[in-house]
Amino acid sequence: MENVEKEPLWTAKTKKLLTNPLGMENPITVQVLGICSALAVTVKMKPAIVMAISVTVVVALSNLIIALMRKSIPGRIRIIVQLVVIATLVIIVDQFLKAFAFDVSKQLSVFVGLIITNCIIMGRLEAFAMANKPWPSFLDGIGNGAGYGLILIIVSFFREFLGSGSIMGYPVMEKLGVYKFGYEDNGMMILPPMALITLGLIIWVQRARNKSLIENK
Amino acid sequence: MKDFSNKYIMVFSVVMVVSVAILLSLTAMLLQPMQEKNVEVEKKMNILASINVVSDKSDAVQLYDRHIRESFVINTEGKKFEGVDAFTVTLRAEQKKPLAEQYLPVFIAVADNGDTLHILPLEGKGLWGPIWGYVSLKQDLSTIAGATFDHKGETPGLGAEINTTQFESQFHDKSIYENGSFVSVKVVKGGARPGNPHEVDGISGGTITSKGLEAMVRDGLVKYEKYLSQNRK
Repeated sequence: MENVEKEPLWTAKTKKLLTNPLGMENPITVQVLGICSALAVTVKMKPAIVMAISVTVVVALSNLIIALMRKSIPGRIRIIVQLVVIATLVIIVDQFLKAFAFDVSKQLSVFVGLIITNCIIMGRLEAFAMANKPWPSFLDGIGNGAGYGLILIIVSFFREFLGSGSIMGYPVMEKLGVYKFGYEDNGMMILPPMALITLGLIIWVQRARNKSLIENK
Repeated sequence: MKDFSNKYIMVFSVVMVVSVAILLSLTAMLLQPMQEKNVEVEKKMNILASINVVSDKSDAVQLYDRHIRESFVINTEGKKFEGVDAFTVTLRAEQKKPLAEQYLPVFIAVADNGDTLHILPLEGKGLWGPIWGYVSLKQDLSTIAGATFDHKGETPGLGAEINTTQFESQFHDKSIYENGSFVSVKVVKGGARPGNPHEVDGISGGTITSKGLEAMVRDGLVKYEKYLSQNRK
């Protein structure tokens, strides 16, 4: 990594930090990280969106903090330091949700605490923030959080729509009146295996469109 | 990456842990009053929901004072304990005591139509953690007027569905007694038989939570059996 002094805040390179994780370097579909929570919170759209926001906040801030401290972190205990920073941020986010957004915090319940174990966050700290300046690290965090969130929202859209017949809790299928013609919600969609299959289909579509993502044999 | 001395690493770790500890305790202390207020308001909203009074954060305390006329604590024999505030009793702690010493809270409420309702709190186990709820009984002390449930960490979209109105409203007008004997309400996997007054539909994908809820309703209400039969008119 080259370190140029006095770099402008907004260049083509910094923009890439934000946009790359949405597509070609998506943490879920390309790097296949953070799958566990992507399967767990995508039954309904609302928790998925709050989860996406929480993860983005945590990954962006922890990237920023680690990048600020990167030169003073002893290499031998860097993983522990990273974990402490992540855990602290997650607990603070959780406490704030409990104080100011009680309903949302109840909906997400254990999954807020489980952000600590999300591989994307530690992956970004280890791969990016430890070697880059605070500002690019912060953007990289936002980008990766958004890339994670995007997939969560796509998966939860299909799972909620096909599994519960609603979008954001609004009963679309009922309003359309399709139940009268014998349509039934697919209960399979609410179960975790279908999240994996939905995710697989998204990866398939992405790879079919971008041949460069396919590994050489 | 530079090579740091052992001394540096020790000092670094200590400073990091101490500053994180201070930061976290400060956050927790500053936010605690708001969190406790949220919990109290939510408890009042839950109690109100069990008598089918819809409230939100702003009017829950006011509506609670209007509807809840009396609250007291009894034992399994139906005798009142004096000087115990029913609102502050935590069922989870009570369940660890021997049955005869357990505090059983009762809330007496007046519904919008003037009926006197008995609200009984419940606490049990779901798949991932505790579940709890309130059931209100009509004047015959046998028919359920309303029920509300909540949970700590059931899976969103599966077990967590127990706190949806769709699930809770199934309990309306179900009966916990049949021909004078206690039968509770069963949560049936695959759907309740239509018209059966003691069954409600289970949750697809939430079988263990459904079973836990059924056990919670049965084990919770059976403790009030003496009280209910003494006070039935």
